Amino acid sequence: MSFTVPANLEGEIDELISHYPVKRAASLMVLHAIQEHFGWISQEAVEWTARKLDLQPINVYELVTFYPMLRQEPMGKYQIKVCRTLSCALGGAYELHQHFCGKLGLDAHKHGPQTTQDGKFTVEFIECLASCGTAPVMMCNDDFYEGVSHAKADEILGGCK
Amino acid sequence: MSTAATTETKPAPAAIEKIMVKVDGREIEVPRLMADWSGKLTPTTMIQACELAKTDVPHYCYHPKLPIAGNCRMCLVEFGTPALGPDRKPILNPDGTTKIAKSPRPAIACATPVSPGMEIYTNTPGVKQMREGVLEFLLINHPLDCPICDQAGECKLQEYSVDYGQSASRFVEAKVHKPKVVDLGPRIMLDDERCILCTRCIRFTKDIVGDDALGIVNRGSFNTLTAFPGKAFDNNYTLNTVDICPVGALTSKDFRFQMRVWFLKETRSVCTSCATGCNILIGSREEKIYRYTPRENDAVNGPWMCDYGRLNYKWIGRADRLKDVLVRNVGQASSLSHSQEKSETGRMPVLHSKVTWTAALSEIADKLKNAPAGSVAIVASARQTNEELWLISKLKAKLGAISDSISRTGAGDKLLVSTDKNPNTNGAQLTGVAANSMGTNLPKIADGIRTGKIRTLIVFGEDVTRHGIGVDLLGKLETLIVSDILPNATTELAHYLLPGCAHAEKRGTFTNTKGRVQKFMKAVEPPGDARPEWEFLHDLVYNVTGQDGFLTIEGLFNEMAQDVPAFNGLTWANLGDTGVTVKT
Ligand code: SF4
Ligand code: SF4
Ligand code: FES
Ligand code: FES
Repeated sequence: MSFTVPANLEGEIDELISHYPVKRAASLMVLHAIQEHFGWISQEAVEWTARKLDLQPINVYELVTFYPMLRQEPMGKYQIKVCRTLSCALGGAYELHQHFCGKLGLDAHKHGPQTTQDGKFTVEFIECLASCGTAPVMMCNDDFYEGVSHAKADEILGGCK
Repeated sequence: MSTAATTETKPAPAAIEKIMVKVDGREIEVPRLMADWSGKLTPTTMIQACELAKTDVPHYCYHPKLPIAGNCRMCLVEFGTPALGPDRKPILNPDGTTKIAKSPRPAIACATPVSPGMEIYTNTPGVKQMREGVLEFLLINHPLDCPICDQAGECKLQEYSVDYGQSASRFVEAKVHKPKVVDLGPRIMLDDERCILCTRCIRFTKDIVGDDALGIVNRGSFNTLTAFPGKAFDNNYTLNTVDICPVGALTSKDFRFQMRVWFLKETRSVCTSCATGCNILIGSREEKIYRYTPRENDAVNGPWMCDYGRLNYKWIGRADRLKDVLVRNVGQASSLSHSQEKSETGRMPVLHSKVTWTAALSEIADKLKNAPAGSVAIVASARQTNEELWLISKLKAKLGAISDSISRTGAGDKLLVSTDKNPNTNGAQLTGVAANSMGTNLPKIADGIRTGKIRTLIVFGEDVTRHGIGVDLLGKLETLIVSDILPNATTELAHYLLPGCAHAEKRGTFTNTKGRVQKFMKAVEPPGDARPEWEFLHDLVYNVTGQDGFLTIEGLFNEMAQDVPAFNGLTWANLGDTGVTVKT
């Protein structure tokens, strides 16, 4: 698979790198820029980034695998992120997550984000969204939802076209 | 004349201030600064002080020759420092001793510098509890598969578990499963479930070898050691990671499942694959060699060795090793031979017949004694030992022979590997067997044979047909005396073939590229009638020159040391285990 970075993205990345005293310090920003453009970070993208920053691929790969928000595979069109930190866990986050997975035919017990076969939905747990008082909370892409009941969850799914 | 031999490898460093600390109540003076992994002087750490006090502090991630990581927490100790009053002066106890303020928190001994008056406690109930805690934590996801693990018997996890572990696990949850039997590189197999994430292997390959190939991916209990997917962990030093991995995560493909380590006999020896002469331990059992591992010698190889040298041992056990003393049946060779004897199948003539050492050596001695001066030439390998080369030099002197060795070069590197692939080039030079510029006498020897001036050739450990003295020239010789370990075109044509020993089968010394004279011991018995070259050379020299020498390697070495200027002052005993550097 060939991986090419369009000239304008590479320009943007070069500019980003110029903000840092050492190239390696720009690693995360470069990865964000790449994910912004491609939606995920492929192995080729990791190698490209390493070359760009004069690093070894393993150095970048460590970062990509450390942060769950850096995606190692293509994600669904709609990304459902259920908070599972303490308040939400007590408020029914696991049941909510289970509900989504049940509806979408996903295995709730698998580690990490789960994506439907048609690539439409990704469901995953995330940590505290700083809205603990209105648990359980979730996000669908960039939209934030509070006090999500199962009925509300179905409504949210229904709104995803 | 030579300068005195010395054991110093570097000029003595400037005096370093000493400070007093206490380890478990015992006062000890330690230098304020000590060499770190790279040899740079840095403040002495608690673990170094404890080592000087001969107090063992259990540790996983700390390795004296690697940068400090401080991640395993196994080395936690308690400590205190002199309590200071408002005047910044130490407060005294009523009895006049210094009052110690005990730190409320422990510290990792591997990364905490000592200070004057510091007290380190390594055996308190608190320290014991911390060690137990760390171990229990490390074992949470460990597969506990010691019965099938190659590291068993030399595993730090196993050892410390005996000291600080619980007999039963309190962990009832499901263990995290990680990749097993991971093919990390051509020589390394990884079991991620056994890895305790100490990062020793990562630091070794990055900071020592300069190949930043390994890393830890994922987070928390999913942390996994790996190379970048699709990229093999393949440099010439990868097997050192197997040695330094404190557990059985990294195993050598060559050694895994071959032998339990507690059955291995370990013999101090030296690698012969290049002129660096890395110090090694030969692991053998019942006359079979199973592995080489590096033996620490800071004047030569530190704790490391290269993969090539480590794996270059299989030839020693080859089935086609020369095992018999043979004389050639055809030509004008030997009274001991049976001319044109038929083989058992009755077709091919048998080229050689088997004789005893005594018969062969006395006949060779007679021939050499009667050889006109200048009619003998010697080619002796720079893979022979100092003692052997010295005995050969005595023959050379007596016979007025021309002699040389064969140089062997290849790629070297910055870490250990030398471009000189002979283990004893310096020995061949110092004993005068090799020409000043090694190999320049070979064409002269070839010419001598061609013109008929040289009628006897003695060859030790080389196939001269590959170095300008071809089969046609060898055919012109009256007498060809060859000693070797494995068969080759030269041994085929020998009138007298004397089976010799690999270094692992005898004792002796080599002089490495930096002039370090290093001894090696015998690990296994040679096959068949093969004998250490120095033994039969000794007999031969006695028969030819009438000079008696010593029948032990110690005596022989000491006699050589008196005779060869560069070795003056050396004795077998004072070489110790790590050798002595001489001026070359
Ligand atoms: S493989 Fe061994 S040396 Fe490497 S991090 Fe794991 S335990 Fe440490
Ligand atoms: S560097 Fe040379 S002496 Fe050392 S292990 Fe490698 S081949 Fe042997
Ligand atoms: S715990 Fe869910 S928002 Fe804080
Ligand atoms: S040895 Fe000190 S933290 Fe690992």
